[in-house]
Amino acid sequence: MSTGNMNLTLKVWRQKNANIKGAFVTYKAEGISPDMSFLEMLDVVNESLIHKGEEPIHFDHDCREGICGMCSLYINGHPHGPKNAITTCQLHMRTFHDGEIIVIEPWRAAAFPVVKDLAVDRSAFDRIQQAGGFVSVNTGVTVDANEIPIPKVIADEAFNSATCIGCGACVAACKNASAMLFVSAKVTQLGMLPQGQPERYSRVQAMVAQMDAEGFGNCTNTGACEAECPKEIKMTNISRMNNDYFSAKLFREEATHDHAGGE
Amino acid sequence: MSEFKQTFNSSLGKKLIMALTGLFLCTFLIVHLGGNLLLFRNDDGFGFNLYANFLTHFPPIEVIAYLLYLSILVHALYALILTIKNRKSRPVSYATVNKSPATWSSKNMGLLGSILFLFIVIHMSDFWFAYKYSHKIVYKEYRTDLATDKTTSVAYNPVTPDFEKSVSVENNVEIVRVKDLHARVANSFSNLLYVIFYVIAMFAVSFHLLHGFQSAFRTLGWVHRKYTPIVYSIGTWLFAVIIPIGFAAMPVVYYLQSTGK
Repeated sequence: MSTGNMNLTLKVWRQKNANIKGAFVTYKAEGISPDMSFLEMLDVVNESLIHKGEEPIHFDHDCREGICGMCSLYINGHPHGPKNAITTCQLHMRTFHDGEIIVIEPWRAAAFPVVKDLAVDRSAFDRIQQAGGFVSVNTGVTVDANEIPIPKVIADEAFNSATCIGCGACVAACKNASAMLFVSAKVTQLGMLPQGQPERYSRVQAMVAQMDAEGFGNCTNTGACEAECPKEIKMTNISRMNNDYFSAKLFREEATHDHAGGE
Repeated sequence: MSEFKQTFNSSLGKKLIMALTGLFLCTFLIVHLGGNLLLFRNDDGFGFNLYANFLTHFPPIEVIAYLLYLSILVHALYALILTIKNRKSRPVSYATVNKSPATWSSKNMGLLGSILFLFIVIHMSDFWFAYKYSHKIVYKEYRTDLATDKTTSVAYNPVTPDFEKSVSVENNVEIVRVKDLHARVANSFSNLLYVIFYVIAMFAVSFHLLHGFQSAFRTLGWVHRKYTPIVYSIGTWLFAVIIPIGFAAMPVVYYLQSTGK
């Protein structure tokens, strides 16, 4: 597939820390193999920066196989680049053409402050998870597998929601920097299953309250999140979350009391 | 009370208010269009003027009307609050244009809503306010010969300025005297700029509801494999096509008639 190496121009957002204003810096990426991943291309650029004694470009990455949710680049107007259903680490340089100008920005959201350059602090997601993204289990002997019958459709739907890796592409893509796709996936993956029932209504209230406290925007159902999600999480989750939330707040007095005690 | 505040001050609570007021305003559009179709009856405004009189003098309708005005204000106010919050949620914007696929209308609800708000203010001050609180509206007398069912109309000058409506029968002729809102409508719709403004506003209605109607259902959590496609087609065909075209047809037809005279 590949036909020789590529030369590219990168416009990279450089920012020392959250308090100092950032700016774009232009770099040349030369002799890039089309078979490299986007992150490997940045590794090559960083190597040359280090050789020149310059500060390398900071960006988040970990597993580099699309499952950890660490990589987070906003490339040419798309979170995780122009291709569907992949993370930045799964994006290959053959997607771009020789001589192309590539603009690389960090996720932009008040709730995701820039740590340095392209790396942002996504601990807001961790705090939302800690607020309610768990189930209570009894300690003791291991229970048998499949002890609780779960219809396949429910198991499949819950698993689809559970594939969210918490990368924050939904927030990055949303014109309102809303985190509702992420939060709803986390609410739904547990709320649909029998194991998640005891905390179902307190969970949704606690996680939404934390989401609001973190300063994310509000959903306007534009659908950019769903289109850009590397794991193809569906917006249906947002409706499910809303349903549980309104149900708890408006029709389940016992659920709101539970929540009031927990705060 | 704090629980109530917590619910409706939350992000989802504010969205719930947007969805419910929005859907209420949608139902109003159907009624408003239905009534205004009387403008197309070629009766010199007889039906339309009686309808306008009925709307402003029937107490249950008046109650719903004030609920409606409240909904418009709440919908606009919450839209403003949510938009400000959404802007604050991204203090530094992207340098590149966001290429994430999303419909044009869904990304421009604020702009479309602002056009609609301006339209509603002008529309209500020209017709509703003028009708109820000013003496700018002239009167008309409709004489219907009960034997032949033929109606003729003449201008009428009331004795008192607060005159609203009277119905009487003399010599087998029914005489109806009523405020002639129809004349004001016809006069407004003979102004080309006014007609253009109305048509633009109806485009705004179309695109606002193309996204808004189905979005309200999503917000309420009513998403279903079977029913969501029905909601989409109602939002598209009824609210984004039939209703705006119906409303836009009124100024256009009246303008063409006025130029033909």
